[in-house]
Amino acid sequence: MINSSLKQLGDMLQAKKISSVELTQTFLSRIREYNPNINAYVALDEAKTLAQAKAADARIAAGNAAPLTGIPIAQKDIFCAKGWHTTCGSKMLANFVAPYDAHVISQFDAAGAVNLGKTNMDEFAMGSSNETSYFGGVKNPWDFDRVPGGSSGGSAAAVAARLCAAATGTDTGGSIRQPASLCGFTGLKPTYGVVSRYGMIAFASSLDQAGPMAKSAEDCALMMNVMAGFDARDSTSLNREKEDYTRDLNKPLQGLRIGLPKEYFAAGLSADVGKVVMDAVNEYKKLGAEIVEVSLPNNGLSIPVYYVLAPAEASSNLSRYDGVRYGHRAAEYTDLMDMYCKSRAEGFGAEVKRRILIGTYVLSAGYYDAYYLKAQKIRRLIAQDFVEAFKQCDVIMGPAAPSTAFKVGEKVNDPVAMYLEDLYTIAVNLAGLPGMSIPAGFSTSNGGKALPVGLQMIGNYFDEARMLNIAHQYQQVTDWHTRMPELNTQKEAA
Amino acid sequence: MEWEVVIGLETHAQLQTKTKIFSGASTAFGAEPNTQACEVSIALPGVLPVLNSEAVNCAIKFGLAVNAHIAPRSVFARKNYFYPDLPKGYQISQYELPVVGKGAITIQVPAVGKNAAYEKVINITRAHLEEDAGKSVHGAVEGMSGIDLNRAGTPLLEIVTEPDMRSAAEAVAYAKKLHELVQWIGICDGNMQEGSFRCDVNVSVRPKGSDKLGTRREIKNLNSFKFMTQAIEFETRWQIETLEDGGAISQATVLFNPDTGETRAMRSKEEANDYRYFPDPDLLPLEITEADKARVKAQMPELPEAMKARFEAQYGLTSYDAASLTASRELADYFVAAVTAGAEAKPAANWVMGAISAKLNAEEKTLADSPVSAAQLASLLKRIADNTISNNAAKQVFEAMWNDEGEVDAIIEAKGLKQVSDTGAIEAIIDEVLAANAAMVEEFKAGKEKAFNALVGQAMKASKGKANPAQVNEILKKKLS
Repeated sequence: MINSSLKQLGDMLQAKKISSVELTQTFLSRIREYNPNINAYVALDEAKTLAQAKAADARIAAGNAAPLTGIPIAQKDIFCAKGWHTTCGSKMLANFVAPYDAHVISQFDAAGAVNLGKTNMDEFAMGSSNETSYFGGVKNPWDFDRVPGGSSGGSAAAVAARLCAAATGTDTGGSIRQPASLCGFTGLKPTYGVVSRYGMIAFASSLDQAGPMAKSAEDCALMMNVMAGFDARDSTSLNREKEDYTRDLNKPLQGLRIGLPKEYFAAGLSADVGKVVMDAVNEYKKLGAEIVEVSLPNNGLSIPVYYVLAPAEASSNLSRYDGVRYGHRAAEYTDLMDMYCKSRAEGFGAEVKRRILIGTYVLSAGYYDAYYLKAQKIRRLIAQDFVEAFKQCDVIMGPAAPSTAFKVGEKVNDPVAMYLEDLYTIAVNLAGLPGMSIPAGFSTSNGGKALPVGLQMIGNYFDEARMLNIAHQYQQVTDWHTRMPELNTQKEAA
Repeated sequence: MEWEVVIGLETHAQLQTKTKIFSGASTAFGAEPNTQACEVSIALPGVLPVLNSEAVNCAIKFGLAVNAHIAPRSVFARKNYFYPDLPKGYQISQYELPVVGKGAITIQVPAVGKNAAYEKVINITRAHLEEDAGKSVHGAVEGMSGIDLNRAGTPLLEIVTEPDMRSAAEAVAYAKKLHELVQWIGICDGNMQEGSFRCDVNVSVRPKGSDKLGTRREIKNLNSFKFMTQAIEFETRWQIETLEDGGAISQATVLFNPDTGETRAMRSKEEANDYRYFPDPDLLPLEITEADKARVKAQMPELPEAMKARFEAQYGLTSYDAASLTASRELADYFVAAVTAGAEAKPAANWVMGAISAKLNAEEKTLADSPVSAAQLASLLKRIADNTISNNAAKQVFEAMWNDEGEVDAIIEAKGLKQVSDTGAIEAIIDEVLAANAAMVEEFKAGKEKAFNALVGQAMKASKGKANPAQVNEILKKKLS
């Protein structure tokens, strides 16, 4: 059951072969069993969760269930959920209980889904290993010595370890796709503006986008049907007609043109990842796709551009955490300035502080033109690269991350090495395009446990349904996405 | 050396919208602290701003009223600084691309001493939309400071002039004209006590004839025209004295203390914040089309200049009278209401600018509190026009109406002020007067014109003031001829 698709779970629930309470209990007991080691969840509230499951059962009994009614979903702790601790992985918000629901949360509530708990994440979504969380790191379920990726590391581990039926994540520079690659599941970052950001704690507003993290493309499509849609409370939410993201899942791929950017297969990519990705591309050839080489000449600038723009926005977005109205306030201080300084010094971790400093610097008088404005100009060039590439192909494919999951502690003291984790994902956020990572195989080249490798797919604006179709067809002829990590021996060894 | 003062104003006009500029919270004044602070006002994690289109309409109205360029595309920017009453740690404002660009306002500077009144054009540099901050509350809780976020997010239009003014009188004339204009077009209630209209005044001095600007100091948050005059005059004197004593002016923000009548620096430029402005990624650029402007224009009232010209043409008023009546929307509306209710234009204008204005001034009231409505004034003027009462009697009736003694006809009745216009009755009175004043009649016949007026006076006295003076004149003339 824990490996069933959302569609199968929905069918079982509606056929009353199983109740939502039973299904929820199954996941809760797995969480009790494995979460102490994996640390995927930072907030659990069984009473609230089971109340939702009971309500879902009543709704099913009344005969007005929706596809996700009764299905337990893990929510990244970046989404405000009324009555739930909502911490964003930070000491700053360790005691913050949200008094309102994010749009994403209320969409799942309306669909009758069950909120299983809030998942761990890098502090304010700043990180690629989940090691910046105030609540401790998250273990990669495939190898407890390794990181799950970040920033949506808790959701990633929960999906991979089957501690939920599916989860939500957010992706500012790769935070859904890189952990999906490192933990071996399907993750989608939609086109910017498709999912409302209302109630999603801001990191970098012009880049942040929520999306599904699930076992398969089909599951992601069902999640998208709940998450996507116009919301007047977010000015950047796009007012488009509601889509059924499952509509194209079964279309054949004959004639699909896949673009491979030469810059994605250059220095920086580890050989084992490159091989798995090319194997997947060859599988697509068998499905009728043709391969074209494309170029994204400015991709190399995406990391420096991102590390100007994202910190700039973050430095301002995080100004509200000042100890005045909510969140952490220092116990002792001499005056207002001292209260600000101490509260923020104590409440934020090192990576968050680093980015606030960078962001403040690049926006300062005398530096703004050289950094912020310059970066905005290059951002447009990066987006233009994709426009050119999509003249030659329907989708772009490549690696989602340069290597398989790395060891805990391996990169945490080397910010630049950590930032390079997002070499293949960041440009997609800068351009506002949709991107996915799908399980494409495993690598044992590190000599230890087999570690998953993701294939990244980048689509044109609003091509999510097409991308889900392309991923789904691959998942009909491969079984990488059904593989589960072995948890018990790792748990005992730990 | 002769000095010249150079003044520019930045005015914050609070826009009359029901809800805040970026949220649905109410903007009503005077509620219990933090009862109008929604999640956006408090800046909870995850909230987002959504622009209130009514605030945009207000900005467009202002732009149209001052013949300004209205930007087809303007951008909201974040102004970053820490302060307890600024919940997000930044204020959403407009920086490089404001909604309203260059425009102009013509002011009337009143006569002072031997200097005659004159008109002057003040150029508007820009006007931009922004949100207000909350308020710090001291003393509500013993030993602590509180924050009231009811005002946080209230829409403001910041209106900036060129340094075009050369005296406190010009600055105040501009501020008054602007104050009237924003109320006229219905975008601001103009309540200065409640902070709906606040002015920052930039003052610098330079040797007369120089075209170089001196270093300016900014007087913050003036909320009365009286204080504005005092503050500018003090600041100007202080700057001139400082320079004449060999000192230098350094750029600073100053506050005016109404108790001492002095300005005092609160922070120097060195302590000024670097606000790290950048475009707000949560808001799309504001786009205003020609159609938007046309739609707003159609909702706008007639502007003062146009109304003044119309009053002259339509009612035959003098330019002076028309200007006086259109000095405020209230006054103009009152006048038009009186005319619409049947009063003749010229007497209505005289009464509005005369008796009514005098009463209101004496009692420090506004037209809104006037005990005599425009309709009541019209019925009074109709009774003068139809000869029911004399002008003198009308003054008594007006007085009684002001004191809430009832409607026009009832007061005329009660006070017995009705004119006698019955020819027979007047003839009888005149016959008596002629009989009793034979000596005067003789004087008149001997060519003493004055005697005629004396006889009229006697007749009016005999009628207890009620006889129609025109008829008395006429009948008396006939009888004496």
